[in-house]
Amino acid sequence: MSGEKNRKKVPRDPSSRWPEILLSAPSLLWLSVFFVIPTIIVGMIAFKPPSIYGGIGEGWTLDTIRSLAQPSYPQIIWRTLWLSALTTALSILLAVPVSYWLATIPPRRRNLMLLLVILPFWTNFLIRIFAWKTILHPEGWIKNGLMALGIVGKDVSLLYNEGAILLVLVYTYLPFAILPIYAAADKFDFNLMSAALDLGANKLRAFWSIFLPGIRVGLITAVLVVFIPALGSYAIPEIVGGPNSEMIGNRIAQRTFSDRNLPHASALAAILAAVVLTPVVVMQLRQIASTHRRPSA
Amino acid sequence: MKRSRVPMAVSMVVLVFFYLPIVLLIIQSFNASKYGGSWQGFSFKWYGLLFENRAVWKATQNTAVVALFSTICSTILGTLGAWTLHHYRSRIQHAHYLLVYAPLVFPDILMGISLLLFFVHMHIPLGLPTIIVAHITFCTSYVAFVVLGRLQDFDMALIEASQDLGAGWGTIIWRILLPVLGPGILAGALLAFTLSIDDFVITFFVSGPGSATLPVYVYSMMKMGSPAIINALCTLFMLVTFSIVIVGQRMLTKNIQSSQSRI
Repeated sequence: MSGEKNRKKVPRDPSSRWPEILLSAPSLLWLSVFFVIPTIIVGMIAFKPPSIYGGIGEGWTLDTIRSLAQPSYPQIIWRTLWLSALTTALSILLAVPVSYWLATIPPRRRNLMLLLVILPFWTNFLIRIFAWKTILHPEGWIKNGLMALGIVGKDVSLLYNEGAILLVLVYTYLPFAILPIYAAADKFDFNLMSAALDLGANKLRAFWSIFLPGIRVGLITAVLVVFIPALGSYAIPEIVGGPNSEMIGNRIAQRTFSDRNLPHASALAAILAAVVLTPVVVMQLRQIASTHRRPSA
Repeated sequence: MKRSRVPMAVSMVVLVFFYLPIVLLIIQSFNASKYGGSWQGFSFKWYGLLFENRAVWKATQNTAVVALFSTICSTILGTLGAWTLHHYRSRIQHAHYLLVYAPLVFPDILMGISLLLFFVHMHIPLGLPTIIVAHITFCTSYVAFVVLGRLQDFDMALIEASQDLGAGWGTIIWRILLPVLGPGILAGALLAFTLSIDDFVITFFVSGPGSATLPVYVYSMMKMGSPAIINALCTLFMLVTFSIVIVGQRMLTKNIQSSQSRI
């Protein structure tokens, strides 16, 4: 009994690595096969020619990459970037006051309000997009209302443009921004704000120089969890956007399903992956570097 | 300190913004008029049409099969993964962590297209099995992080203490790990289940003929079907998701309370 226990206590015994390897194997292998390999394949197929049957041809080519220089692509990539950036900015602009409010109301009311904020997050996101489509529809409530007030004319379309995409993007990703910012605001010591006010700062100054730096971690997380999925948006521009408001995701889907040009789709996906993964890999490497320095548990 | 009213005002506007579309959609599903904009009387006719629709039943069945399989597999994979991530500190675990973390930040469309290309490349026909594989892949990471969160509150001294008292691993798993981690694993499984029944983008890419799940079917209806039936379908769908979330939350708080009282 005690011999067995002693063996476990020796960390550098090579035989003690077997349980670790066996227990890690299922998730490690699964994700390697179905996540890492497919990602590598995307990069590979970008250099393959398309086959006439909609599959992948033989040999290697640079034609796909060259064709990305067509003027329509930089435009789509640029639109994807600015729509995602604006979505992130608006979501954070709204999430900060909501989180501040949630963190300062009495706990009992706070739980209820938190539930109310999270609940829409659980509805299927297609349903949420569809709900907006119905509202913004030419026969819908908002259009009728605005027309009755004489604000818009009969032929103004609220749907199928960049504005509609932006609205639904913010609607979809705002809860993602509120959660991390609220988590940070919840830990923030509001006495610091009172102290700043006592020391003569005005409210805006205290908010700007004390509260915002205090919730910095939450803000950074919020930027990542809104910006990255927004870059990959597909369903939202597909449903409420129009032909002149395509994002990269639409083009990837179009190349996959309509034109059946898989190499082209992969080249676009590879660009998107590069844009998305750069910040993530940098942050992870920094985190790994810091855990290395920490004594192991 | 006198509080500013701005945060409260913004919050109220945000809550209205959140709920207005959902509430209007539910009201609309009872509207006799086919298009929104005018109320033409209360009616259940869209629900009636919905229940007569065979494709909806087929899609529901597909959704249930996919969700069940992917929940079971991803819960096992994710729980084991979380345990090793928590328990060991080695190079393997750094790579493992990166691998579990990456799918969480990878946009859906990239995961969809890369799995599609993988299946095409390997000549695997698209259908329910490919959807299940895709769902297991993204659900595993979510389960792993939920369980990992629970493990971080877990006192490893409990295991050492029970070993000192002569317990074997079987007893430890059954009497200590499962009761303590149970709520975390259950929460992970429920999250996997809801993510699976909700997923559209990835499923859309890897589904084949006849394997449409509910979200994929809803999408195809949005493109061409009657909007009023979709309202009814969405209302029912929301009802199901909310029930799972509420039941899950109840079970979770009860379990946490009882497991805390047991220790």
